[in-house]
Amino acid sequence: MCGTCGCGDDDHITYHKPNEENQEHSHLHHHGPVAHTHFHRHDDYQLSLHQHQGHSHDHSHDHEHTHDHPHDHTHDHTHLTTTQTVQIQRNILSKNELEAARNRGYFDALKVVALNLVSSPGSGKTSILERTITEKGRELNCFVIEGDQQTMNDAQRIEKAGAPVIQINTGNGCHLDAIMIGKALRQLNMSTNSTLFIENVGNLVCPALFDLGESKRVVIISVTEGEDKPAKYPNMFETSHLCLINKVDLLPYLDFDMEKFLNIAKTVNPMLQFIPISAKTGEGFDQWYAWISQQGVE
Amino acid sequence: MHELSIAIQIAEIITEEAAKAEALTVTKVILEIGSLSGIEADAIELAVPEAFRNTICENAAVEYHYIKARAVCESCCNEFDPIDHYKICPFCNSLYTSFLKGKELNIKSFDIVKP
Repeated sequence: MCGTCGCGDDDHITYHKPNEENQEHSHLHHHGPVAHTHFHRHDDYQLSLHQHQGHSHDHSHDHEHTHDHPHDHTHDHTHLTTTQTVQIQRNILSKNELEAARNRGYFDALKVVALNLVSSPGSGKTSILERTITEKGRELNCFVIEGDQQTMNDAQRIEKAGAPVIQINTGNGCHLDAIMIGKALRQLNMSTNSTLFIENVGNLVCPALFDLGESKRVVIISVTEGEDKPAKYPNMFETSHLCLINKVDLLPYLDFDMEKFLNIAKTVNPMLQFIPISAKTGEGFDQWYAWISQQGVE
Repeated sequence: MHELSIAIQIAEIITEEAAKAEALTVTKVILEIGSLSGIEADAIELAVPEAFRNTICENAAVEYHYIKARAVCESCCNEFDPIDHYKICPFCNSLYTSFLKGKELNIKSFDIVKP
């Protein structure tokens, strides 16, 4: 389903490996008779809702001749319809959750540690991944799924760092969902005992709602953002397992109050773990690698 | 904007289930939306009629049941009304609390007309 205009197909979503970017689009555009809705509203919209006020349409007329029925028959069918309440009590995200469970099974079978990296734009997700792949790419057997609205830029950076990568461009979509991840996994050909980093679309709101089947969710905040981010976007911090606090090399130049940040974040999620890091200097990365290795053991 | 994706999911689920029940039309839909579900009331109420257009739900009356958050403290077992996602126990100040209600994002039921 396309979350952009609401049409039933994934028309706007593309899946590319970096070396495929100049080729023809490999995804299918379905413009078949799929019911779809668009947000456009015609000026004459109101006209279509006109009512007959002050007059009625009388459609009765008399029959001035009679018909003889040479045989008897009865019309015993009735045009009564019945009404019924269907109690379904269904979670609206159940389709996504079903696909997420499928992805989770795939990860379990291949012994893959899948990490869903979420943050606001510009917190340094891609830089963290670049350093991680450069330093531990071989050891962790890294694979990457990149999610952005547009461009192959991140996928190119990741490929340069040395990990197999699929770029999902969501068009105007604001998050990745489990169905997109399932499709990307089919192209990624992951090996056993590997690590998958899913770099979600930079957005602290919608991605919180969509389980991708990941083993753990990692929220990244940079110290150039306000320390009240967890209070402003509690859903994301509440559903995450680890919080990477990036750009700590800038702390001496900023007013970021680490103590205050940790207190606010713990109020939203007392189970959240924290690792202060710097993708620029490499500070804290040993702790980050240790945390990733720990996930495979569980 | 994810409310539109959610609204489309609602239309898809009901369309599938209504077909199974051999419905002619859907006359009423009841949705349950928790205050912590990540759904904004204004946005979902705008998106649902758009998503229902040209579907079997087009003429359905939609009832939105908004559910207030409720939490319980795992330390002292008292129940309380949390303020948004802040669920510090007001009785013992514990952070180890969990939500009982407020995360709902459900289609509760829908009414259909059958031949």
